[in-house]
Amino acid sequence: MKKDDKELYFAQNIPVPETPMPAAGVKPWQRTQVVGKPLPRVDAYERVSGNAAYPSDVVLSDMLYAAILRCPHPSAVVKDVDTKVAEKMTGVRAVLNGASKEADIQWAWSPDVKTKLFDPQCRFEGEVVAAVAAETLYQAWDAVRAIKVKYEVLPFVSDERRSLDAGGAPVHASGNKIKTDKYERGDVAKGFSEADVVLEQTYRNECEIHTPQELHGGVVKWDGESLTIWESTQGVFAVQARVAEVLHLPLSRVRVIGHYMGGGFGSKLQADKSTIIAALLAKKTARPVKMVLSREETFIAVGNRPPGTMKLKAGVKKDGTLTALEFSGIGSSGAYPAGGTALMDWLVRDLYLCPNVRTVTTDVYINAGPARAFRAPGHPQGAWALEQMIDSLAEAIKMDPIDLRLKNIPAFSQARQGNPPYTTTGLRECLEKGAATFGWNDARKKLAEMPTSGHIRRGVGVASALWFAGGGNPPSTVIVKLFSDGSANLNMGASDIGTGTKTVMAMIVAEELGVKPEALQVENADTGTTQYATPSGGSKTVPTEAPTVRAAALSVKQQLFDLAAADLKTNATHLELIGDEVVSTQDPPKKIKIANLTGLKKRGMIVGVGYRGPNPEGKVVNPFAAQFCEVEVNMKTGEVRIIRFLATHDSGRVMNRLTFDNQVFGGITMGIGFGMTEERVLDKNQTGKMLNKSWHEYKLPTMLDVPADMTSLPIELPDNEANISGAKGLGEPVTIPTAAAIANAVFHATGVRVNETPMSPVRLVKMFAEAKK
Amino acid sequence: MKNEKDDNEDKKDGAENNVPLQGLTRRGFLTTIGTGAVTLAVSDKLHATPAADAEMIERGEMTKVVLNINGRKYRLLVEPRWSLLYVLREQLGLTGTKVGCERGECGTCTVIIDDVPRYACMTLVVEAEGTKITTLEGLMKGEELGPVQNAFVEQDAFQCGYCTPGQIMAVEGFLRKNPDPSTEEIRNGMSGNLCRCGAYKHIVNAAKKAAELKRL
Repeated sequence: MKKDDKELYFAQNIPVPETPMPAAGVKPWQRTQVVGKPLPRVDAYERVSGNAAYPSDVVLSDMLYAAILRCPHPSAVVKDVDTKVAEKMTGVRAVLNGASKEADIQWAWSPDVKTKLFDPQCRFEGEVVAAVAAETLYQAWDAVRAIKVKYEVLPFVSDERRSLDAGGAPVHASGNKIKTDKYERGDVAKGFSEADVVLEQTYRNECEIHTPQELHGGVVKWDGESLTIWESTQGVFAVQARVAEVLHLPLSRVRVIGHYMGGGFGSKLQADKSTIIAALLAKKTARPVKMVLSREETFIAVGNRPPGTMKLKAGVKKDGTLTALEFSGIGSSGAYPAGGTALMDWLVRDLYLCPNVRTVTTDVYINAGPARAFRAPGHPQGAWALEQMIDSLAEAIKMDPIDLRLKNIPAFSQARQGNPPYTTTGLRECLEKGAATFGWNDARKKLAEMPTSGHIRRGVGVASALWFAGGGNPPSTVIVKLFSDGSANLNMGASDIGTGTKTVMAMIVAEELGVKPEALQVENADTGTTQYATPSGGSKTVPTEAPTVRAAALSVKQQLFDLAAADLKTNATHLELIGDEVVSTQDPPKKIKIANLTGLKKRGMIVGVGYRGPNPEGKVVNPFAAQFCEVEVNMKTGEVRIIRFLATHDSGRVMNRLTFDNQVFGGITMGIGFGMTEERVLDKNQTGKMLNKSWHEYKLPTMLDVPADMTSLPIELPDNEANISGAKGLGEPVTIPTAAAIANAVFHATGVRVNETPMSPVRLVKMFAEAKK
Repeated sequence: MKNEKDDNEDKKDGAENNVPLQGLTRRGFLTTIGTGAVTLAVSDKLHATPAADAEMIERGEMTKVVLNINGRKYRLLVEPRWSLLYVLREQLGLTGTKVGCERGECGTCTVIIDDVPRYACMTLVVEAEGTKITTLEGLMKGEELGPVQNAFVEQDAFQCGYCTPGQIMAVEGFLRKNPDPSTEEIRNGMSGNLCRCGAYKHIVNAAKKAAELKRL
């Protein structure tokens, strides 16, 4: 692995092996029979029938239920935990806390910051204090409520903007600053002096919480010294590695199974403390234990997209040439190091041509739950600032915002050493074809003629994006088995987190081996039976696994041809697979059904192994995007109705049009939440507690909050240099530009620049009133 | 509200209090924290005081219920406080019904009770006695999917699939009342079911398709 790849968040702090090189010389697909088709998912039946057993569905005989007592204060020291009453309650089988000998375990928040599993120093509301296993879930919570804890409550800091204030509450003895990152190219001062227009604006994004539909957790079971964990996770091997490390077990004694999982968005990339606690409770009681967090716990303890405050200064010439960008951002990892500012400046550095760029980001501690990677870490935040700034610049120089973007499209990555070129970039096509399909010019013209006297205003907005990763990378190993009747089994370690990974991979096997995708047996995400894969995150699962699966299928195909060559008494290089027959290209009457191959009958099975090769040397594989929307704003109530959305995405080859579009609409939906409805509210002045830890008070977009009129327009440029599937990542770019596009449309409609999320009616009404003054 | 505890944080100067206060902590008390005072968290006090003549059932005491689920009768011993959701999933293993929030916010646990979509997390199991309960499993005809399920497959109306059983039950219940809905009616009718993956557009498509399939 290249150094850069190792720093990717989805592989952070876990041991990542290397895989051998795959066979060379594989040509890209010219025409496909299966890949790209809008096929329903191969596991759709299981998912809609209720047969799919998600980790939280697992019910084992003799199973206990666990619940965790969490610190109710943002900063406190646990002085005493009295579990006497709890231990004697009906149904209670085990209680653990910091004083329990078996729980005397180290927990590494980062390579440098370690605490005890149950640490007396609680640095955020939701830190674990004690845990119970009981016969029923109700009894477990009864016991949690009966545990008496003495806390020494300490001063706290909730606002990352105040974290470094003199005399403020220290989250860690070492101080509240985690780190400052700096980047610079060119001469920013010179750049600003060359500009015709220089603008400066501060932007802020509120903290967003993942809250996947399936709660975090699962079931653990010991068999002697072996531990089996059914966990709702994006990466079974990452969970295995962490659990084995923390409990000092050989990897072979930790089996993690995650055949299905109900959403993660980055919050389930690695093992959580609760998994370790469940394992300890199961050990103590010698019974299987189900540990599924409550919804409330998922709001405070298992990650978030950090809040951020970003200052951006930009210079542009009248002709649209960007001359300088200067960015400073402050963000917060929460109570432990967790990438609070990771990649928030990446778009400023890399999305548009600009010779002079300087960025500074500072990550600070606050007394709140640690962040976790959240769908395109840093990017929606960065887009919120940069894409609104580009819009403002366009307005200032009286240029169409699309033309300004088109003027500054780079063919190479300016922020990386040596300015490596992109393998493909469809940013121009995204903007041009998107604008044409959206009817951008007509819409702008029509809206310019509309009266602005009424209280209902309309506007259109655009924003574009790239995603820092999304090219996939080694390692990955996949096995395809062909049975003697020509049916097949696909065995891969990757989790399908809802993006349709299993379906896309089955389609690749079908493409190469002629089997029906729905007839394929897919076995995945099980450390006991499948091959190593990094967690499904970073929009890297398809570009990582697709070439690997193809390599495995091609290995099977080659072996098939070798067997057929023996039966047909011909050269294997002149054979091809048509349906369920191997046919000679030179002598078409020479053919044989797979099921009749002598060698296959004898062996019973062909096993093909595929490896993920490296990405092209000296090049960058990134997906690109542009999104367009039209909004209607009520100037009296501050309500914004999104009328329509159009999303153009260059993610290389479209592997399955149905799941592709589904991802696009899902990304827009999540972007609408980020921009308009979602906000973690901490009681900053009085208690430091989170005030809205429920879906009632923390509002996700519902069906009524997203427009019925949403269009996905793929810009399909198979990236044959990137990998042998031609696909780039999609899951993250789809949510990066959304919020900024809406804000730009709101500006177009109202002339008011909404620089803070969420764009709620309360905020907008206030801003409209101020603008009138 | 599970492990959310309301602390007695009004004790200043390190004084300890072993007697739980009644009622929720008042705002004014909250201002005293952050001063380093040692406080005591006692959580077992959120229970409302029952009426004087109410019959008290002790925790852990089991009561008999007979449930009619998917046309089958189940005779069970339950704690009266158990939710229908808990019984379906953890007692009967009918895990087609999923758990999302346990407080009536997301619709993930939607089942149909006497033809009406209801949140199983907000229904006590004892309330459900004497009703006709249909869960996702009940939409199947043997191993065959029902029309709403087929529509969800065809339209790719899910991603992770976890809210899907609730979405399917909500569409089923909605179409029983409104067999030929418009897009706007579907969007209104389905707005009580959250989907964090954001598969809403495909869910609308599936609901339309399901209406069609149901008419066949």
